[in-house]
Amino acid sequence: MAVVTGTGSDTRNPIARLWGNKKARSVIVQIVTMAVVFGVLALLYRNVVVNLAAIGKEFSFDFLNAPSAYDITFSPFIEYNSRSTHLRAAAVGILNTLLVASCGIVLATVMGFIMGVLRLSKNWLVNRTVYCFLEFTRNVPVLLHILFIHGLVVTQLPVPKQAMNFADSFFLTNRGFFFPAPVPEAGFWIVATVFAISVVFVIAFGRWAKKVQDETGRTYPVFWISTGAIVAATAVAFLAAGMPLSWEAPALKGFNFKGGVAIKPEFIALWLALSYYTSCFIAEIVRAGILAVSYGQTEAAYAVGLRPNRTLQLIIIPQALRVIVPPLASQYLNLTKNSSLAIAIGYMDVVATIGGISLMQTGKEMETMMIVMLTYLVFSLIIAGFMNWYNKKMALVER
Amino acid sequence: MAEATQAYEVGRHPELPPPRSEVGVLGWLKHNLFSSPFNVVLTLLVVWFLWTVIPPLFEWMVLNSVWTADTRKECWARMAVPEDGACWAFIKGRIQLFIYGFYPHPLRWRVNLSFVLLVLAIVPVLYDKLPGRKYALWYAAAFPFIAGWLLVGGFGLTPVDTDQFGGILLTLIIGVTGISFSLPIGILLALGRRSTMLVPRVLCVLFIEFIRGVPLITLLFVAATMLNYFLPPGTVFDLLVRVLIMVTLFSAAYIAEVVRGGLQAIPRGQFEAADSLGLTYFQAHLTIVLPQALKISIPGIVNTFIGLYKDTTLVLIIGMLDPLGIGRASLADPVWLGLAREVYIFVALFFFICCFSMSRYSLYLERKLHTGHNY
Repeated sequence: MAVVTGTGSDTRNPIARLWGNKKARSVIVQIVTMAVVFGVLALLYRNVVVNLAAIGKEFSFDFLNAPSAYDITFSPFIEYNSRSTHLRAAAVGILNTLLVASCGIVLATVMGFIMGVLRLSKNWLVNRTVYCFLEFTRNVPVLLHILFIHGLVVTQLPVPKQAMNFADSFFLTNRGFFFPAPVPEAGFWIVATVFAISVVFVIAFGRWAKKVQDETGRTYPVFWISTGAIVAATAVAFLAAGMPLSWEAPALKGFNFKGGVAIKPEFIALWLALSYYTSCFIAEIVRAGILAVSYGQTEAAYAVGLRPNRTLQLIIIPQALRVIVPPLASQYLNLTKNSSLAIAIGYMDVVATIGGISLMQTGKEMETMMIVMLTYLVFSLIIAGFMNWYNKKMALVER
Repeated sequence: MAEATQAYEVGRHPELPPPRSEVGVLGWLKHNLFSSPFNVVLTLLVVWFLWTVIPPLFEWMVLNSVWTADTRKECWARMAVPEDGACWAFIKGRIQLFIYGFYPHPLRWRVNLSFVLLVLAIVPVLYDKLPGRKYALWYAAAFPFIAGWLLVGGFGLTPVDTDQFGGILLTLIIGVTGISFSLPIGILLALGRRSTMLVPRVLCVLFIEFIRGVPLITLLFVAATMLNYFLPPGTVFDLLVRVLIMVTLFSAAYIAEVVRGGLQAIPRGQFEAADSLGLTYFQAHLTIVLPQALKISIPGIVNTFIGLYKDTTLVLIIGMLDPLGIGRASLADPVWLGLAREVYIFVALFFFICCFSMSRYSLYLERKLHTGHNY
């Protein structure tokens, strides 16, 4: 019988010996990987340089300061016209992406929570109806939803001349939704200041009430006092300042409405489609989250004498949220990324402005796509960071 | 009232049937639909909603629909009330376009053959009780290459330009390629991310987080507009191949995160047990860790696949004609103008059937692989 000893490896050649050593092997593998990666990167860099030189392009962001020479029809936050720079076009696009993403997140959350709770309902009919809707919507591409809703809005809503008219100030047409724009007049700053002060007061009051409750057990109707304080203070200030706010109502001029605030049909279509598509995923998350709280928690809460609504508020929801929030955040991220499909229906988000028209006009594929990708990466990082912070805050404090 | 007043000794009362309102249809209605005032309102609302939606939809889709016509006008002329029914003749007339895209007519047997081969490749993957499954699986692994040869041609077959691919064919090409290549790449990325070596780990994290942080559409734009800049000068690269690479990498990053979740759920003891048996890294992972980790990850993996399958529609934005793209192009036909609903419903049903069956299969698999305690 051969005797295997520790010195057996010495008979092998030095390279095999080195490879037999776990630490050495790990170092070798890493060095080789590094070398390969840097080699590939260098090769790619060389290719880019050679290719760009061959067609006479250079890599620079100077084009951002040149006039864009195209129009963006939907720019609710900053001034923009065709003489503005590409940089400004990018800013408009980023703001539009943020707008549709944040509106979508709000609506999707509300709809998702409602549908998630309805899915748990003991009412068979409600339960099944919501289930059918969820399954159908989830299994159809979001792009199709967006195109379909856009088609509905553009073809099914009336033309401006026959607009759906609500109280002569809200108009729903296939050119968009029009409503009066608030125009602050002299003295409006008084109302704004009073509002801000009352908000600060309410926050301080909330903290104080929490402290009192922690120390003595006495509770105040914080919600009602806060709402009352804000509404009453602002209303009094508004009346005292002589109602310094007027409304500019939209009016039919020619073939379209002028004045007021106009919400474009592209925005409406994208917003609705993204919201209900994402809400179907959120509904499943909410349902799973609530089911994850064991029924013993409810029974324990009843046993210590909590009423059903307090049980829900103090026992069930905080525990369910712990399960719900991480996947919820990733759905928010998905919604934000899906908003890039805006380009299919002509909503001017960041992909359509800087990554679409600016790219076509300047031929700066690399620079514009870098800006677009960086934008989404930053959004992702922000949402991921928020999620981590929230997770830490909500995490189970263990012994 | 004699029965009611009859006295029984304690415990001697004969068993009575349950009240009529608690059993049968009435009981079910009471407990499931009308259990509280709120539920009554909810039930009535839903009944009203379904009543206003389903009968008209059924009439439009089935009763009043027209299946043979050559133009939209003819379609509407055949209806009792014009525009009151679906004009399926439109879809029927273009069904070839929806399935094959612009694939040359005389060569379409190759597409049909690859559809048949696809079914033959899927069966052994889905059913593990098939006799001779081991060899069938080798065939399934080779299928993407066989189908690629059949569809693209060359090596004895007439070459077909990939520009001419379209419709359901294109969806299946992107979907099947993405699914079959993203799983192995995703597993490698997940293992890399959990590696103890710094360099591979950092590289994998960077790759995964970058891909997950940007929308697929930007990656497709990169594939369509600027991927050639990174290649040696003069390289010409087919657009479809570029798209396939991007879609595969995109879904691989998501698969990697799902698999990482599965790997994290494997208790440390499993790794230590494998080590103590003297298994190498690869032996331990192939025989001990991955089988368990993948089993846990199945729902997530299938969800990623469903997402990938739905995302194949995005190629229409860079000008490729998947079913939705064919539908949109068809809508511009002046003879058939204004039949958007028919197109969208048809395409939606196609995707729904594919994705819904995938999710059902994943549920079945989950139950089948559940080897733990059955409570």
